[in-house]
Amino acid sequence: MRVIKDKAVVNDDWQLIRELDCSKPIPEGKVILPFIDWQASRDELLKRDTEHAVWIDGDTETEALLDDLEHFSIIALDFPAFKDGRSYSHACLLRQRYAYKGELRAIGDVLRDQLFYMQRCGMDSYEVREDKDIEDAIKSLNDFSVRYQAAADDAVPIYKQR
Amino acid sequence: MYKYDNYDQTIVNERVNQFRDQTERFLAGKLSEEEFRPLRLMNGLYIQTHAPMLRVAIPYGLLSSEQLRKLAHISRKYDKNYAHFSTRQNLQYNWPILESVPDILAELATVEMHAIQTSGNDIRNTTSDQFAGIAVDELEDPRPYCEIIRQWSTLHPEFSYLPRKFKIAVSGASHDRAAVRVHDIGLYLVKNDEGVVGFNVFVGGGLGRTPFIGPSIKSFLAKEDLLSYLEAVLRVYNRFGRRDNMYKARIKILVNALGTEEFAKQVEEEWLHIKDGVMKLDQKEIDRVKAYFAPPDYDTNAADDTSFDAAKESNKAFSNWAGRNLFPHKVAGYSAVVISLKAPDIPPGDVTDEQMDHIADLADEYSYGEIVVTHDQNVVLCNVKQADLFSLWEKLAEKKLATPNIGLLTDMICCPGLDFCSLANAGSIPIAKQINDKFSDMDYLHDIGDIKIKMSGCMNACGHHHVGHIGILGVDKKGVEFYQLTLGGSAETDATLGDRLGKAVAKEEVADVIGKILDVYVEQRQEDEAFLETYRRVGITLFKERVYASN
Ligand code: SF4
Repeated sequence: MRVIKDKAVVNDDWQLIRELDCSKPIPEGKVILPFIDWQASRDELLKRDTEHAVWIDGDTETEALLDDLEHFSIIALDFPAFKDGRSYSHACLLRQRYAYKGELRAIGDVLRDQLFYMQRCGMDSYEVREDKDIEDAIKSLNDFSVRYQAAADDAVPIYKQR
Repeated sequence: MYKYDNYDQTIVNERVNQFRDQTERFLAGKLSEEEFRPLRLMNGLYIQTHAPMLRVAIPYGLLSSEQLRKLAHISRKYDKNYAHFSTRQNLQYNWPILESVPDILAELATVEMHAIQTSGNDIRNTTSDQFAGIAVDELEDPRPYCEIIRQWSTLHPEFSYLPRKFKIAVSGASHDRAAVRVHDIGLYLVKNDEGVVGFNVFVGGGLGRTPFIGPSIKSFLAKEDLLSYLEAVLRVYNRFGRRDNMYKARIKILVNALGTEEFAKQVEEEWLHIKDGVMKLDQKEIDRVKAYFAPPDYDTNAADDTSFDAAKESNKAFSNWAGRNLFPHKVAGYSAVVISLKAPDIPPGDVTDEQMDHIADLADEYSYGEIVVTHDQNVVLCNVKQADLFSLWEKLAEKKLATPNIGLLTDMICCPGLDFCSLANAGSIPIAKQINDKFSDMDYLHDIGDIKIKMSGCMNACGHHHVGHIGILGVDKKGVEFYQLTLGGSAETDATLGDRLGKAVAKEEVADVIGKILDVYVEQRQEDEAFLETYRRVGITLFKERVYASN
């Protein structure tokens, strides 16, 4: 599927598993698993010779991931509705406080007009909602050329440049 | 006042472009109503009963004459030749069409104005004391901090999709004229034992369905820590505030659910992580912003004037006006002049294009070209020499701007209500008219003296009824408008929520009921006691008995 990554639309072969089918073994390969399931099978999964990726919703506190940050190639942050802004704080915390260096992906109700803020909070890839034009959405990453406050993108408030 | 530099101007210009593009996409059907809604709200645009309503930000209520002329021009070109000042020191247009809003924003941008975050679940306009910078009881001018907060909160990436709206107020005076403690965050400038000035931080005040007076969670916060601490409060709120029920989503509910102490503890923990980082405010920046609010070159001989006293002697009407509408200035020989937007026959807070132009001209002539909007929907010229007061008064009267009723019964706060607001349960403007019609005798009004009537057309409480000395709340009973009264509220330093008088009264009875309440006051008052003092002394029973006696 196509996602925006590092400011470009690219093909991406990660597969997002929204819900795990408990009757089957955990799928192999590049899968983004619900964090709770990943955690439950952590030891077994870590034995696999693959990259790891998880997604969390707003209810999961970022602190729950701390012991495992180094294992993740992607942490996906879910927006159940675009108005639910908790994941902005989660992104900031993961980047600024917990120094997570892997990919931070926005998933769920991800729309053009929120991408700029997502980017500022440290998200660097976006799975734009299916019915929306991804080529159109990418334009919004450049909506503003000036930022007043520090965030996870550039660390200084504008006044320091005045 | 603050002047934009290139950075500020660029942000506002880019915002106009962004909103123009969003509006075009909405009109072309590429954005659904649901998707467009929060975007337009973040630009102050509501869809109301008759037409969109556009709310323009007036940071901490301060306007230049040039800006006010632009607001007048916009009301002429895009609206019906008038505008409305809100209780949060902003200005509202009731009749713009959606297609013209990007053009209006572009016009505003030419005078360093915008509508950013005047609605929506984000950080709103920071409000302050209308007499900031000139009040005798002021420890320090709060406006530089308001401006610093404005910049930090504008387009904040982490806090633009909060559980609910978020309002901040700052006061630097010992008497609170900014209703600080009914804000999500309220800041008082205070001095600690070492003589250092910082902030006392209150959190979780608010009106609406579940009114609260905010408790203090940090009695002294150093200035350099202002932004990091605000960020910590907002982060705790953004993460843990309720999102499942919009009526329980304000920060006051979170503070209450956790308890003040636990909430304060969580903020403190968060804050310790960030306080010494990039959020720490440089003294250099504080000084830079402060310089914009330096006092003007006051005339040191202003107090020598004798014409003011002479004019009061010889002109009763002028003397009445001067007795009500002036506010003491820290510089001898100067006054702040409150221009009443509560003339008897207009909805409270409404102002015509002509009046706006006129006020702008008078500000240029008499008050260094600056105007301040008050949270009780009047405007102030803050720096008028006493020698000029008489001629200013005469000129104000030419445009019906000299109503001598500041602080009196007819100086009501009133939300737009059923006439304009789609959320309303009942009208508020017609009640204001009813009150004005009944209480038109100026001598009676002066005898009653200081009293604040505040009126909202629904539980959202935009008219701050809970903190009115007399509060009036419109309710809907099976499609009929009724009014619930409260007594004894206050938004000032002694902030209190009003007590419910009894069952709601019918529309046509509201003014009569107020008459009965005032009768009790007149009978019970001792010497110079104001209404609120009498009420606090005697309690609600006598008022209840009188109002509900005959029924
Ligand atoms: S109090 Fe209610 S009726 Fe009045 S403006 Fe607010 S939402 Fe509208």
